[in-house]
Order: sequence, then C-alpha cells, then structure tokens
Amino acid sequence: MKTLCVFGVMMLLLIAGIFVSASPSLVSGYDIGDYATDFSLKNVDGNMVSLADYKDAKGYLVIFTCNTCPYAVKYEDRIIALDKKYKPLDVPIIAINPNNPDLQPGDSFEKMKSRAKAKGFGFPYLLDEGQTVYPKYGATRTPHVYLLEKTPMGNKVRYIGAIDDNYQSAALVEEKFVENAIDAMLEGREIKVTKTRAIGCGIKA
Amino acid sequence: MKHLLGVLLLTLTLISCGDRTKKKESKVERQSEFAEVNTITKDSLKFPVYDFAEFEHLLKREDGKTYVVNFWATWCKPCLEEMPYFEQVYAEQKNNGLEVILVSLDMPSMWKSRLKPYVEKKELKSKVVILDDPKQNEWIPKIDPDWDGAIPATVIYNTNDRKFYGHGFTYDELNEAVNGFLNMN
Repeated sequence: MKTLCVFGVMMLLLIAGIFVSASPSLVSGYDIGDYATDFSLKNVDGNMVSLADYKDAKGYLVIFTCNTCPYAVKYEDRIIALDKKYKPLDVPIIAINPNNPDLQPGDSFEKMKSRAKAKGFGFPYLLDEGQTVYPKYGATRTPHVYLLEKTPMGNKVRYIGAIDDNYQSAALVEEKFVENAIDAMLEGREIKVTKTRAIGCGIKA
Repeated sequence: MKHLLGVLLLTLTLISCGDRTKKKESKVERQSEFAEVNTITKDSLKFPVYDFAEFEHLLKREDGKTYVVNFWATWCKPCLEEMPYFEQVYAEQKNNGLEVILVSLDMPSMWKSRLKPYVEKKELKSKVVILDDPKQNEWIPKIDPDWDGAIPATVIYNTNDRKFYGHGFTYDELNEAVNGFLNMN
C-alpha cells in the first residue's frame, strides 16, 4: 500500500509536470523592463549568432520576421534602412524567423538564405530552430519587434511592437515608433511609446 | 484509499489530457499560412472599403440583432478554415436575428487578385466589408484592449452583451457562442 501511494504521488507529480510543461505555449512573454534571454541560433551564413557576440553593442533590435508574411515583406526595405542607420550607432538588428519550415516551406533555411541574398540583408537572419526562442519573448506575429538595451543587469526590454504606424507606405508614416524608441534610449530620454499593436501573420510553429 | 487514488489519478489524467488537446487545437487555429503577394492595381469592387471611423458603426448597432464580426484575410489560413462555420451558422440563424460581417484585412493589392475571386468562388452569403486603415495601433485597441492584432479574431455583440474572441472557432464553439447571444433576446 505504501509503495502504491509513493507510486501514486510520483504519478501525480509526473502528471503535474506534464500539465505545467504544456502551459508555456500560452505564456505572455516579456513586458517592458524585463530582461530578455540570449540565444544561439544559426544565421543564413552558416555561423551561430548570439547577442553576446556583439561586444560593443548598446542595445539590439530583435525582429521576428519571415519570408512569407505579406506584412513582413512590406517592411523588408524599412528593416534594411533601420540596420544601415543604427548599426553604426551600436544598435544592431537581429532578425529571427520563428516559423516552423515543416509547416511553412516558404520559410525554410534555404529560402531564408536566398531571400537574404536577393535583398542584400546586412544583418543576421536567424532560424529559430525548434521554435524555442520566440515563445520566451512572447512574439505572436511577424513582424514583431523587441528593442533591448544592454545594461550591467542584462538585456532590458525597452520597446515591443510595430516598426511604425503605416505598413502600407513608408512615405505615409507619421510616427516612427522604433526609431523614436532607439533615439530616446541612446540619448537617455524616456521612451514615450513603449508598446504598439499591429495586424500581423500568426507565427506558424 | 486505492480506489480513491485511482479515481483521482484518472480524473487528473483526463483533465490534463483534455487541457493539452485544447491548447494544441487553439495553437493550430492561430497559425497562418501565407502566399506570395500579387500586385494588381485597384479596380471597381463590390465590397465597401472603410477606414476605422467609417467602419466603427458596424460594432455599435442597436437594432435587436446579434452581430458576429469576424476579422480575416485571404492570406490567413486558419481564417479560411473557419470560414465555412460562419457561413453555416449564418444560414441556420439568420431568421433568428443573426448578422455575420466578414471584415477583410487584405491589403489593397490583394482586393482584386485574391479577395474578390475567393468571395465569388466560395459564394459567401455573409456581408463582406474591407477595413483599410493603416493606423492599426490606434484602432486595434478600440476593438478590444486585449487584442494584439493576430488574426483570426471575432467580436460577437448585441444590445445586451459583447465578447471578443482572439482565436479561431470550430463549428460547435461558434454555434454555442452565437446561441448564448441569441438566447438573451
């Protein structure tokens, strides 16, 4: 009887473990002020990339994006422009494709390589292999941006959301959410708009 | 003791299994599949094109009917998967005071190339409107403060109540939700 109880308790713990481990897919992810995890993901050039590789970085613009989402495509040129503007200011762009290529063949590693080459990406374009990184950040769609500030305590989340307020046309943008946030961060000013929402493509994991 | 433990274990197992299945389903429902974007110039359309200010009245009608307002796009695979359920529930309940409004978030370049052919091919009976307002950060929270902008998403309302659903539906789930509203009247 005693062994049965011990067995029972172990089973309960096991079940509880399964129950808890099933939950993270629904976690809300990071909020402003949280410290973001580092990662080691494969870049389109074959090398592994981590945030820690950028010794002189003041921060990072982590963008969950992909080849196939119409919204992500609309923002490609603006992401390239952001990289040109902020890499010299030590805020590099790290693009991560969170989609599972088995479910979204257009976002395979090979297709990522050809897209990066065709568009001349000057920034790493990483595959979230096994789809383990995006749930920690709480990304739900592409494109979904996280601005991190490098601090002695870790990489602090300073902005979450959209790149700007007009996906259709860069010329019609009235508020450059991401640029305003990075500029404020670099100048030590308060970031006025820290979270924004946008229609996007659900991440396919 | 033995029996009690057995029942407890069984119950817990069932709960945990049920929960996992549900989560798996909801996860699948949120996933999207996208296709290449074709750029075709805008042409005459039979669907009204609204910005948010023009669209907002469709979220505030007080005529005793129950409104199902579904946000979708032709590039969103889970949206297309649940489309037959909206059509079916509308066909079954339109005589009971149900209106279904399918709000397309397709980009202007897709209206003629993708949206129009889809609506015609599927012979959709529900009302289709286009919401074309790039100021998404301003209007998304006005539809629901908890909506992050991922689709499918649906609002069901009547004069008595309003609910936001940030996920896709099965036929049974949609039918149950709609019946809950229709039974209020």
